[in-house]
Amino acid sequence: MLTPVVDEDGAPFWEYAARGELRVQACAAPDCGELRFPPRPCCPHCRSFDSEWRLMSGRGRIWSYVLPHPPLLPEYAAQAPYNAVLVELLDDPRIRLVGNVVAAPDAPLNSLDPARLRIGAPVRVAFTEVDGVTVPRWLLERA
Amino acid sequence: MLKDATAIVGIGQTPFAKQLPETEKALACRAILAALDDAGIDPSEVDAFASYTMEETDEVEVAKAIGAGDVTFFSKVGYGGGGSCATVGHLAAAVATGQASVGVAWRSRKRGSGPRPWKNTAVQLPTPGQWTRPFGLLRPADEIGMLARRYMHEYGATRDHLFNVALACRNRANQNPAAIMYERPLTREMYMTARWISEPLCLFDNCLETDGALACVIVSAERARDCRQKPVYVHSAAQGLPAQHHGMVNYWNDDPLSGPAWTAARHLWKQADFGPADVDVAQIYDAFTPLVPLSLEGYGFCGRGEGGAFTEGGALEIGGRLPLNTGGGGLSEAYVHGFNLINEGVKQLRGTSTAQVPDAATCLVTAGEGVPTSAILLRS
Repeated sequence: MLTPVVDEDGAPFWEYAARGELRVQACAAPDCGELRFPPRPCCPHCRSFDSEWRLMSGRGRIWSYVLPHPPLLPEYAAQAPYNAVLVELLDDPRIRLVGNVVAAPDAPLNSLDPARLRIGAPVRVAFTEVDGVTVPRWLLERA
Repeated sequence: MLKDATAIVGIGQTPFAKQLPETEKALACRAILAALDDAGIDPSEVDAFASYTMEETDEVEVAKAIGAGDVTFFSKVGYGGGGSCATVGHLAAAVATGQASVGVAWRSRKRGSGPRPWKNTAVQLPTPGQWTRPFGLLRPADEIGMLARRYMHEYGATRDHLFNVALACRNRANQNPAAIMYERPLTREMYMTARWISEPLCLFDNCLETDGALACVIVSAERARDCRQKPVYVHSAAQGLPAQHHGMVNYWNDDPLSGPAWTAARHLWKQADFGPADVDVAQIYDAFTPLVPLSLEGYGFCGRGEGGAFTEGGALEIGGRLPLNTGGGGLSEAYVHGFNLINEGVKQLRGTSTAQVPDAATCLVTAGEGVPTSAILLRS
C-alpha cells in the first residue's frame, strides 16, 4: 500500500483512525461549526483558525466509484480490478471520503464482487491495519 | 483592453510520436524556431516567453538556445493541462500593455517515452495524495472516472456519448497526416469491447501518450499586419479557479460536476463580442472524453446535464453543430498538454486545417477541465 504522506493538517485524521475512530475536522468557532474536508488551517465560512475533530457516525452512501485496471503501481496491479469508492457521510453528505468497499475489514481491495456496488448504496466504516497504518475501509450495510 | 489587441502570427510543431530521439529542450527549440519562421520574425526579436510550470525546458535555456534578445516578460502557469490557453493569455496581456513586443508560448513533452507523473510516489502531487493514493485512486483516469460515473448516473449520459467524443476526434485525426492516429479508424465495436483503464473509462476514453513540442508567436495587432501569415486575433482570454475547487479531485466541492470551465467561461464571454452560438469550431481539452460534455455545459453550448445528449447526431463532426478538435485533439492527434488545440485553432482561422470548417471565423480553445483552467477565443 502507498502509506499516506501525512501533513500537519491531516495528521489528526490518521491518529484518530489508529484508535478506530472516524473523525472529520470541524470549525470550532461558536457560531459556525462547519465540517470541512480535506483538513486545512482555517474555516472558509467564518475564517476562524480554531478547529476540532468531530466523531462521525461512520455511516454513508456510495457517491461514485471506479474499478481501476492496469497500468497501475505493482501492489495495486496485483489486486486489480478493485474498487475505489467515494463515500458521502450521512452526518454531512458534502463530506466525501475516498475509500474501498471490502467483504470484511481485513479483506483485500478486490474482495467484493463489483456487481454489488451501486451509487447510493449504504455503507459503514471499519478499520484495518495495512503496513503499520490504520486505514478506514467500507462495508456494505445489509438492509 | 485585451480584445483583438494582439494576434497569433506564427505556429510551429515537431513531429508527434510515441518516441522521438531528441531531448525536450531540442524539441522545444525546433517548435519555437518553426513558429518564428512561420511568422517571418527573427528569433532575436523575441522578448517574452510563457509556458507551463510542468515544462522542463525553462525560458533561460530556450532564450539562450534560439538566440533571443533581451527578455522583459516571462511566465509559467500551473496545473498541468489547465495552463495551455493561459500561456497565450499572459503573452497577449503583456504585449497589449507594452511589457513586451514578441511573445512565444510553447510546450515540449516526452510523455510517450518518458515516465508517467502518477508513477512518481516520491513527490507529493498537487492534489493531497494522503486522501486518495492509499486507497488505490492513483491516476488522473481514476479521478476523472469517479466524476464521470457520477455524471452518467445523475444526467443519464452514456458510454455512447463518450464514444461520440472519441469518434469525432479520431475521424479528424484520420484526416490529419501529422496525427498519431492518422489512417487508424475507430469503430463503435472497437470502443465498446476495448479494455478498461478505470471503469467506466476504457482505453479510448484516454488521451495518447506522446513525444512532441509546439509553439506559437504573439504580437500586437498592428505588428501582425506586417507578418507573413494572416493574423488570428486573441479576442478574449480567461483563467478559472472556482470557489472551493479541489483540482482533479473536485468531488470534495459542494458541487463537484460544476468545474473550472464555468468560471473561465463567465469571464471569457463577458469580454467577448459574440457568444457560444457564434462559435464556428471548438478545440476542447480532451485528456479524457468526459471532459468534453462537462466543458460543453461549462462554456454554455448547452444546459447543465445536457452535454452527453449534445454529442448526438454528429454534432461534433464536420458539418455538425459544433465541429470539435479538428486536428484530432489529445485523444487522437497528440497529447502535448493541449497545446496542439491552440495551433489547430489558428489553422482553422487561417483556413489551412486538414479538416477545414468552411468559412470558420471564430474558435474557442480550452485548457484542461478538472483542474484550474484557462480558455481563449480566437477570431480571424
